[in-house]
Amino acid sequence: MAIVRSKRQSRITGWARYGALVAAALLFLVPFYLLVRSAFMREQDLGSPDFHWLPPEWETSNLTGLFDNPAIPMARSLLNSGLIAVTQTVGVLIVSGLAGYGLARIPYRWSNAVFYTITATLLIPAAVTFVPSFVLVSTLGWISTLRGLIIPGLFQALATFLFRQFFLGFPKEIEEAAFIDGLGYWGTFWKIVVPNSFGFVAAIGTITFIGSWNAFLWPLVIGRDQESWTVQIALSTFLTAQSVQVSQLFMAALVAIVPLLLMFLFLQSWIVEGVERTGIGGD
Amino acid sequence: MLSDPAFRNSLVTFLAFAVFIVPTTFVISLGAALLVARTRVMQSFFRSVFFLPTACSYVVAALVWKMSIFSGIRSGLANAVLGWFGADSIPWLSLADPPWYWLVIVTARLWLQVGFYMILFLAGIQRISPTLYEAAAIDGAEGWKVFRHITLPQLRATSTAVLLLLLINAFQAFDEFYNILSTFGTYPPYARPPLVYLYYTALGSGQDFGHGSAGAVILTLIIAIVAVVQGRILRLGDRGD
Repeated sequence: MAIVRSKRQSRITGWARYGALVAAALLFLVPFYLLVRSAFMREQDLGSPDFHWLPPEWETSNLTGLFDNPAIPMARSLLNSGLIAVTQTVGVLIVSGLAGYGLARIPYRWSNAVFYTITATLLIPAAVTFVPSFVLVSTLGWISTLRGLIIPGLFQALATFLFRQFFLGFPKEIEEAAFIDGLGYWGTFWKIVVPNSFGFVAAIGTITFIGSWNAFLWPLVIGRDQESWTVQIALSTFLTAQSVQVSQLFMAALVAIVPLLLMFLFLQSWIVEGVERTGIGGD
Repeated sequence: MLSDPAFRNSLVTFLAFAVFIVPTTFVISLGAALLVARTRVMQSFFRSVFFLPTACSYVVAALVWKMSIFSGIRSGLANAVLGWFGADSIPWLSLADPPWYWLVIVTARLWLQVGFYMILFLAGIQRISPTLYEAAAIDGAEGWKVFRHITLPQLRATSTAVLLLLLINAFQAFDEFYNILSTFGTYPPYARPPLVYLYYTALGSGQDFGHGSAGAVILTLIIAIVAVVQGRILRLGDRGD
């Protein structure tokens, strides 16, 4: 009798759980739906007092208008964002990868001191250092340059920390075999270690790319001139100044998230791994 | 610096924000992780849906929240929903009192962050040994009791890490405040968390780097103290296990 009841009960809770999931999932999709809908609405329909589930008229000229409108540096800011995200991702992988490997494997008197110094900077939130960093970058004359946007983000303590922890767990026997074959640290790293760490490198890479593409405070502070705007800054400028058509702004936002949504579709397992690793630190 | 009322107000704003955002994000992402972990049908679909907002930037979320959901006009989604129930429209962002803008800011961050922390909780849940659940089932425990006495204690390390990250991230909040509350190029005098305060002090018209840097040092100290205390608690907890 008790078993029968618990079976029925578990079926009810199963359905309740499923219903809660579907409801929550729909709620989470609403902002995406609103973004796409508004991007294809006419300006007058967006401003009308009635809520439209679908655009009364699909306005595709928002997309072409976006790239024709000289007031919106859309193409340029997309190019800037792409350049910054790609160089920063490649740079972080190379710099932090090499640093992490060196800290994990090369016996050196100061390696622990260096490692603890790097780890200690993790306690300082990056955003808090933005005023001193800004002063430094402006002294170098790098305001409104790609250099000023890219270079300060090239060394990341968290990525270095994670690479070191990962390489500590890399099977040493493989590296020793490479050493016997005459490869130094440099050769072993590039020919043996990197090709066998693809999943980890991809995880750190995808997370770095997303962070770089979506970065806001630093590009806002450094990207003063329109030519150095990233796509986030372009969007934010028009959003906070409310100086362009709202429907076109939604279209611009849609264009800005499409690259990342595509990344999510194809690289999700690596992104998930990256989140798990960066979230829990050296777990 | 500490006698500056604007600076102290920014700390109060942070505390109010943290009181809203930390527990809600924690509970909702843990709940989502538990639901997703126990679903066999379309598990990866649901995981992706909750995780997808992580791809969006705060600027994009601010745009949707400010111009569409909480736009304040009748056709904004929130007011449209209120309208279906016969309620009046609410000017979500243009009033300081009542502070409806908190709802806008908190829900925007919630949407962006829940997926990230859900992934962390999912990873933690998957590391729990199934034998613990089998033993609990033999002892006749189910539902809430299993959660209370097995899942929650086993997730202690994950929970501590999530709480710490939530707190640090709330402390660093800037993007959504700036993009949602700033209109026509000006930011209201209220609702300025520490980084917004610093931004306008150091980089606003005053360009007061000295004040800005002093503020940054104080903020760093606060964060470091919180992190050390949290780390202590975590380590003590581990020793007790």
